[in-house]
Amino acid sequence: MGGNALRIRGIAIICVAGLLAACGNSTSSTDSGTNTASAPGITATTITIGSTQPLTGRAAPGYSEISASSNAYFKYVNAHGGIFGRQITYTYYDDTYNPTMTASLTRKLILDDKVFALFSALGTPTHLAVVDYINSQKVPDLFVSSGCNCWNDVSNHPYTFGWQPDYTIEGKILGQYINQNLGGKKVGYFFQNDEFGLDGVKGLDAQLGASTVPDASRQNYVPTNTNVGPQIAALQASGAQVVVSFSIPAFTALALLGAAKVGYHPIWVVSNVGSDVTTLTGLLKSFSKGAAGVQLLGGMVTDAYLPLTGDSSNKWISLFKGIHDTYVSTLPWDGNVLYGMAQAYTLVQAIKAAGRNPTRASFVKALETTKLTGGPGLAPFGFSSSNHLGYLGVQVVTIAADGTQSTAGSVYTSSDSGPISQYSGSASSPPANGIP
Amino acid sequence: MVAVRSRVDRLVAPTLRRHLLIALGAAAVLLLLSAQIGAYDDYNLTAVAIFAVAAAGLTLLTGLNGQLSLGHGALMAIGAYTASLLLKDHRQLPVIVVLLISVLSAGVIGIAFGYAAARLRGPYLAGATLTLAVALPQVATRYKSIFGGESGLTVPPSAPPDWLGADFPPERWLAWIALAAAVVTMLLLANLLRSAPGRAFKAVRDNEAAAALAGIDVARTQVLAFVISAACAGLAGALFAYWSGITSPAGFSLGLSLQLITAIVIGGLGSLAGAVWGSIVLVFVPLLTSGMASTVHLPSAVADNLPLAIYGGILVIAMLVAPHGIQGALRRILAIGRARWEYPPRGGQKGVVDWDDPAPGT
Repeated sequence: MGGNALRIRGIAIICVAGLLAACGNSTSSTDSGTNTASAPGITATTITIGSTQPLTGRAAPGYSEISASSNAYFKYVNAHGGIFGRQITYTYYDDTYNPTMTASLTRKLILDDKVFALFSALGTPTHLAVVDYINSQKVPDLFVSSGCNCWNDVSNHPYTFGWQPDYTIEGKILGQYINQNLGGKKVGYFFQNDEFGLDGVKGLDAQLGASTVPDASRQNYVPTNTNVGPQIAALQASGAQVVVSFSIPAFTALALLGAAKVGYHPIWVVSNVGSDVTTLTGLLKSFSKGAAGVQLLGGMVTDAYLPLTGDSSNKWISLFKGIHDTYVSTLPWDGNVLYGMAQAYTLVQAIKAAGRNPTRASFVKALETTKLTGGPGLAPFGFSSSNHLGYLGVQVVTIAADGTQSTAGSVYTSSDSGPISQYSGSASSPPANGIP
Repeated sequence: MVAVRSRVDRLVAPTLRRHLLIALGAAAVLLLLSAQIGAYDDYNLTAVAIFAVAAAGLTLLTGLNGQLSLGHGALMAIGAYTASLLLKDHRQLPVIVVLLISVLSAGVIGIAFGYAAARLRGPYLAGATLTLAVALPQVATRYKSIFGGESGLTVPPSAPPDWLGADFPPERWLAWIALAAAVVTMLLLANLLRSAPGRAFKAVRDNEAAAALAGIDVARTQVLAFVISAACAGLAGALFAYWSGITSPAGFSLGLSLQLITAIVIGGLGSLAGAVWGSIVLVFVPLLTSGMASTVHLPSAVADNLPLAIYGGILVIAMLVAPHGIQGALRRILAIGRARWEYPPRGGQKGVVDWDDPAPGT
């Protein structure tokens, strides 16, 4: 058995060496011709990718829809012939938003399932636990479902790429909106006490000025403790009229309910990840046993980097809504479903850009050198050899008391340290068959 | 017959020698096994070894000394955070040093908590240890600058030594460390249980008043059991830190403490072998169902929860089929076999087995 394994390993090494040599010669020659098993997780007929997701537990509300929705888009692509004739196989595991489980399940994906790449692995604390390991294994780590700017670290994590706008950029653009539209009001923060919340606060402080928000108006929570009453009371006592919340959906709902209970009605400005209307409405209803609902969302300010789910005239929305209705109709049509599908669309774009028979290294190279344009995003991607940021900007969105969302102002882009600029590019339309 | 027996007894009688032989045999088998399997199986084997260390410590406390602890996850956290903090500042510290210091730190906490625990009985003890499990992880989020908050501390992997070659899988190296730790722990505990303190543990569990009348210091025995148990948890915690590469509060939730209880009950309460069986169940049963969510054709609200439901179902069925745990069931099967094929148990009839106590004296 040992000898056999050794022999197989030897053959594998020779194969990989051969492929690397072939790659060195020319990348365009791999574009035509026949499919080969060019890398782990790729066969002539399949490409296997994997993910860790909170399917159960405290981060599951809303987020558990993302992987099923990505899978729906892959099924749609597979039903239309796949990509380069390969069927996409998507394996995702429930890590319950527990970094220890993420660590063990990521090893299962890489060592046991031998996936070609990680895709859409969700969560800041969870993915931070494995990002070193994934890079040490030289496995592409694509489109982490988290806006932490930690994924943009090309020298230490050359295989990791973000996807959604990073929380600092988001914080800056929300801060600019507050300056321009809610100027003069007292601002308070409510944020998750980890890279997610702290990155957002960094962006907000850059715009609002760190000294304008006193310590008493900076309240944080940890996701293991669902009692946010003290923080809400502190914000109320500090007299904050605008509360910016960098929170996951369950904690946005807890904060809204906690504030409503004590008669505190500030203007809520909530980061994109914590503001999905359908998810929040469900949570508000379930937490309050039906006493509260969508009306608590009235007047909320948030932001978006994808078309609005309620915009039925948008061609992207009708494409993804159609796939939703066919493949995952048991899920509500909401921002999480859109997120999963748009992310899957980006992955298919990247697979296409990498050519017919990619290696893990050539895939990453292609992602750094090809501009992925023509997708559903409102802002462009930042991918380059020195930058692994995803979408570079957002558009501010307001929510009415019936849950209807509408955009406010134009799309802005930025970077962690640079200025904010108005994005002049125009929105694209999906290809006729819905596949890049 | 009797003469032969006593000579064999004299040869292997010293408990230590017998246990040493078993331990060496187990170590040899595990070494061969770990070299035959792939990196991912080595990784899972490591997990079994880690849980076995913690469960062995817990079964000593709960099964043999009668003190229920719902806080062993927190004691593991102490070991894990000790190891992570040591490695944060001294990356090159040898594994053995890290493990020993972690054992010590959990042991010291065990002394403090053991004194409190020795005064408490039944549900009050369960409540006090529960407090430990719930409160301790919050310390890490409160003192974020030291303990890294919710994201925790990353733990650098222990690189295999150079003499094993550059291609040696780090998973196998870690498996060796964890298996060595587990074998040594089992050896020490097995000896302890066959010695005076071990007998004192059981005497205190069965009847405190009788034990006290027999000259056993009940409180001191209970503290000793708690300290040894905590030290095992500390060792398991430090190994856990190496294994997962991350030490964060979410990894040491109340759920972990309950999982350890599950392991010792499913495996067979009060038996070291049971702790090993339970750990195997704990690691491998969830793996059987983990991929289900992405493959079954059910609404995702059902599919997402299916692995947990199946895991729970297996535990329920296991307890119905084998109420004395896996080790208890094995003993029963052995006893049935013996009753059928050999001599009847004392005072019993051939072919008749006492179901509640199938193998007295084992």
